Amino acid sequence: MLLISCPYCGARAETEFSYGGEAGIERPKDPHALSDAEWADYLFMRKNPRGLHTELWIHAQGCRRWFKVERDTVSYKITSSRELSLGASEKE
Amino acid sequence: MKKYSVVSLLRNALSYNRNWTEAWRSPAPQREYDVVIVGGGGHGLATAYYLAKEHGIRNVAVLEKGWIGGGNTGRNTTIVRSNYLWTEASLLYEKSLKLWEGLSQDLNYNVMFSQRGVYNLGHNLQDMRDIERRVAANRLNGIDAEVVTAEQIKNAVPLINTSSNVRYPILGASLQRRGGVARHDAVAWGFARAADALGVDIIQQCEVTGINRDRGRVTGVETTRGTINAKKVGVVVAGNASVLGDMAGLRLPIESHPLQALVSEPMKPVLDAVIMSNAVHGYISQSDKGELVIGAGIDAYIGYGQRGSFQTIEHTMEAIIALFPMFSRVRMLRQWGGIVDICPDACPIISKTSVDGLYFNCGWGTGGFKATPGSGWTFAHTIAQNQPHELNAPFDLRRFETGALIDEHGAAAVAH
Repeated sequence: MLLISCPYCGARAETEFSYGGEAGIERPKDPHALSDAEWADYLFMRKNPRGLHTELWIHAQGCRRWFKVERDTVSYKITSSRELSLGASEKE
Repeated sequence: MKKYSVVSLLRNALSYNRNWTEAWRSPAPQREYDVVIVGGGGHGLATAYYLAKEHGIRNVAVLEKGWIGGGNTGRNTTIVRSNYLWTEASLLYEKSLKLWEGLSQDLNYNVMFSQRGVYNLGHNLQDMRDIERRVAANRLNGIDAEVVTAEQIKNAVPLINTSSNVRYPILGASLQRRGGVARHDAVAWGFARAADALGVDIIQQCEVTGINRDRGRVTGVETTRGTINAKKVGVVVAGNASVLGDMAGLRLPIESHPLQALVSEPMKPVLDAVIMSNAVHGYISQSDKGELVIGAGIDAYIGYGQRGSFQTIEHTMEAIIALFPMFSRVRMLRQWGGIVDICPDACPIISKTSVDGLYFNCGWGTGGFKATPGSGWTFAHTIAQNQPHELNAPFDLRRFETGALIDEHGAAAVAH
């Protein structure tokens, strides 16, 4: 089980959290301006890296806030955990 | 290839089994092949076999970074069925099931395919409505399926708990009698031996590190054993599809997750069917060796580590004990994880790509084993003809652009 550090509450067991997938995916400002391929890229295509991955988690059974975790997808070691910067672009 | 038969068994027994030959060669890689298949699991070996057998393309290499069948082929729970909801998916899996039914004879290798029946349990009214709908859909597609009552299940599987005084009572199930299990290692070995006999080179301990391209066309692969040129490259690497996609500059709609399974100590025969449940979420069968083979859902996070979190196994065991209270005292022997590549619509991709001569077969998620022969058969067709067979045409990578998804999430008889 992962030990995840919530930036607001501290380190808790993985069972308190829900996974939110790849971080930094922004909904396009004007979807109608996109081609089908670009829309598909936003909806479905993922980095899915073997190695460091920036991902979203929510402390579902705690403060219920979303935050960003950097984790190695092979060793599962978490290298950082921080708040989302509100208002600013989170695009990687 | 020396044919396996009663005669060969007797002859070798008389010579104290000292004269059996290797089931396949271990050649050094040649400099060039017509087709290179990346990934020596069941799907890759089946692809090579059908390329040679159905399409006469024998100058083929299968490259495997570890040993054949050491990935998801050897890590699954061996269930075979074709009772998917949507026509596109059910026809693909049914093609596979038909190939399973003659596979041991075709390969001259006993894959121990045992059609012992697969029950998909329903625990509430909506489950039963979904089951009736799926059974009707299956029958319209010519696939055997029936709805059975809790009483019929209890008669067939006496150990199951059909009490109504539980949180998730069993109200009924769908039953596919032609479904069952097969011995997964034997599937890899059988395809390897048969492909080798047709001239396919099986090269183990050979990891692909790059996909070479020239002006939009694939020219070969870089490997830990040197450059291997190829006119066509078929990639079928289960959990690592995105890693290989990266090498060719392709973005794939895939996320790789750990999927765990476990087996118990061997016991006397107690369970002669495959039992699957959505609501409590677990599936179980008993191997011919006597072990209970148990699996369930994926871990939530992306993971390439071939292991998952403990609470996922705990959920699985809760489900199994809810269905079979007496198994609470059975000791578990081994537990492991594999990496499954999940597509947004829980259906595979068997497809050409934007690179000429490069083909991808991936995204089988949690249910690829049952499709092993059909996957190889359709992928071989796609590579040989440079266009998909009608069975796998709907599973093109472009469906994510056109929107023609085949939404088997939750529809495919088991939650993912």
